[in-house]
Amino acid sequence: MKFRQQQLDNGLQIVAECNPQAYTAAVCFMVRTGARDETPEVAGVSHFLEHMVFKGTPTRSADDVNQRFDDLGAEHNAWTTKEHTAYYAVMLPEYQEEIVELWADVMRPSLREEDFETEKQVIIEEIRMYEDQPPFCADERCEKNFFGSHPLGNSVLGSVETIRNLDVDTMRQYFRARYSPQNMIVAAAGKIDFDNLVGTLQRECGDWEPFEVQRQLVPPQPHDGFEVVQKATATQEYVIELATGPSATDPRRFAAYMLANLLGDGSGSRLYWELLHTGCAEQASLHYYEYDGVGVLGTWLCCEPEDAAENLRRIQEVYRQAEKEGFSEAELARAKMKFNSRMVLASERPQSRMASVGMNWLRRGEYRSVKQDLDEYNAVTLRDVAEVLAEFPLTRHNTIAIGPLADVQPPA
Amino acid sequence: MPVHCHTFQNGLTLVAEPMMWLESVAFTFLVPVGAVYDTAERSGLSNLTCEMALRGCGGRDSREFIQALEELGVEGGESVGVSHTNLRGATLAKNLGPALAIYADLLRDATLPELELEQGRHVAVQELRSVEDDPAHKVMMELRRSHYPQPWGQPHQGDMPGLTTITIDEIRAQYRSGYRPNGTILGVAGRFDWDPLRQTVDRLLGDWEATDRCEPKTGRLHSVQKHLHHQSNQTQIGIAFPSVPYSHPDYFQAWGAVGVLSDGSSSRLFREVREKRGLCYAVSASTRSLKRLGSVFGYAGTTSNRAQETLNVMLEEMQKLGDGIEIVELNRLKARMKSSLIMAQESSLARSGAIARDWYYLERVRTLDEIGRLVDELTPDSINAYLTDNRPSRFTVVTLGPHPLEIPREISSATT
Repeated sequence: MKFRQQQLDNGLQIVAECNPQAYTAAVCFMVRTGARDETPEVAGVSHFLEHMVFKGTPTRSADDVNQRFDDLGAEHNAWTTKEHTAYYAVMLPEYQEEIVELWADVMRPSLREEDFETEKQVIIEEIRMYEDQPPFCADERCEKNFFGSHPLGNSVLGSVETIRNLDVDTMRQYFRARYSPQNMIVAAAGKIDFDNLVGTLQRECGDWEPFEVQRQLVPPQPHDGFEVVQKATATQEYVIELATGPSATDPRRFAAYMLANLLGDGSGSRLYWELLHTGCAEQASLHYYEYDGVGVLGTWLCCEPEDAAENLRRIQEVYRQAEKEGFSEAELARAKMKFNSRMVLASERPQSRMASVGMNWLRRGEYRSVKQDLDEYNAVTLRDVAEVLAEFPLTRHNTIAIGPLADVQPPA
Repeated sequence: MPVHCHTFQNGLTLVAEPMMWLESVAFTFLVPVGAVYDTAERSGLSNLTCEMALRGCGGRDSREFIQALEELGVEGGESVGVSHTNLRGATLAKNLGPALAIYADLLRDATLPELELEQGRHVAVQELRSVEDDPAHKVMMELRRSHYPQPWGQPHQGDMPGLTTITIDEIRAQYRSGYRPNGTILGVAGRFDWDPLRQTVDRLLGDWEATDRCEPKTGRLHSVQKHLHHQSNQTQIGIAFPSVPYSHPDYFQAWGAVGVLSDGSSSRLFREVREKRGLCYAVSASTRSLKRLGSVFGYAGTTSNRAQETLNVMLEEMQKLGDGIEIVELNRLKARMKSSLIMAQESSLARSGAIARDWYYLERVRTLDEIGRLVDELTPDSINAYLTDNRPSRFTVVTLGPHPLEIPREISSATT
């Protein structure tokens, strides 16, 4: 396992964890752009653009792109978040050069108007689909309530209205403003021929014009609150609570991940024993999300409507007790064992290492091996966890409940 | 790497594939307890039995059971399907023996605590209720119920009348007769040594007593059309038609044909429904197999005013498949399959499940090399000959949304 890194003259950074023992290779273009970089009138453009990237270049139609990926046997896809847009392929090592060439080409898309109008329908279908599925877009609404006018409150999908109103020229402008080689990296893992990777990227991307890209990093001022949205057709009640956590560059993030596991893992956590094992809820979990400049601790609950208020009270009580009494050494040891096991299992797939190597580089400009991460988690103490809880109390949060109820009593 | 197989005297089968390049090892127990064994009055019994079996075994209570697995770093899961309960886990290689010992207790010596029955029942009821909020899940559940002969279409979640009346005695009876070695398959994949593994399994489960129970008869597939009213933006479309089961000599011909229809971003359904017309975000089709019956299941979800067109295009593409496929389409599918076979070597958990399922369907395991060879042997002629004899027809169509759709006459008139 060897980490390699190089930067092209135009600023495009290339990072790879090369593992000659692996069977496959994974490669990813990551762009430091997402919903937080959008203005309200173009909400959803980063995600829409992610779809449009697959629609072809001056020398390839959308069909050509799809067929070429399939010809090369690549598992390829893309994702958009509030902060990043990423395009990846998992492949057999012998096709590395062709697939990197293909990605490099499609990363300079034509953004043709006809494709734009057809794909607009697909995006609207995607929004409609999420509106029909739990939590019926309440997660994005809760983020909006929590972050207020701060751009981290922006929706990744946008709304049907903003997508309908978007025109192709605005998307082209957005592309020209954000997809600078200085604002992108290429991350790879598995059986990668690094010299060939650099050579291919130099040849295919070396002439991309660099330009300055800024991200507004105003610190957010999260808001507390409690909102109930009635959706009469729903069967279950869904509740999301957001509280502040350490940011992506805060060394306390490891303790925050540990805290989320101790309190809200899907099995064996405090919420599990209180709510899931007892059958009080269908889902009760706590997650930690790291962003530039801020972190979020998010609680998710799904249960029968008549139990919602009581379950919220129970969650509050679990959090209060943790704030007051902390955890035991045995609980911490079991949580660490889960991290060790999960990380080793995940690291067996190059795709998972590619994502980790890329995100570490994009967020923090650093490489971290599996062992380095495991050492960090294994070094977390009960005091570290207690300090995170003291600094970022889970009992202060912004809550949204969506479901058949018109009113839900917030916990005292 | 060879695949090891051993059937113990009590009928338990151990199938194991070494993947010595991994640090992990994974196991999957397929226990012959599934929705197909539930009576119509006690629909959901197998699922609730599984939930209760996880609440303590071998002298451990629920908490001790889960904590013991956590201490071994076992990343586990369980699910109840139509014919089996699937209990699985992955961990570091050195922990395999102790992890299997805990699962042996679960299989043979579950406490099934009466005091926790109401909690377990609540868990099962929550799972059933959550389906009501998931329209895609709901339409596919109804599609299975409509297309498969009973009891093979019965959902594992059961129904409210069943779940609310099941007693602890019924759960205990289901456990005693269903959790049995004859018919149970243990798949292991990853880093392990065969001889010690076989000895461990023999020690833990070799004297587990067989019971007398058989899988229900399969019956015939149905072809029906149905609409479920649901207040939503989108209409969900589920389509099924008969194919051949996994054990059939022509299975890979059928698989190849469906791959052309729906595998990859250049496949016909993705291209015609999503890329060309922008009708939906999600559209797919794949082969599904019971032991003796095979089908193709298709799905799409789309805004209601575009649902009719989506259904028409999907049915048209499915029927058009009967006219044959092209060599370029097959070559693309082969390239994708070649990659996915190599990728399969990177997940011990997925592989342990796949080899256990192979044994259920075939009573042997197809190695990745054998699958690769079978795929290589496919030709447009062989697939087209299959399609000539097995044109997609006798469609079951289930839709869910605010308005019913019109089923083309040639399809609705072919109903049986």
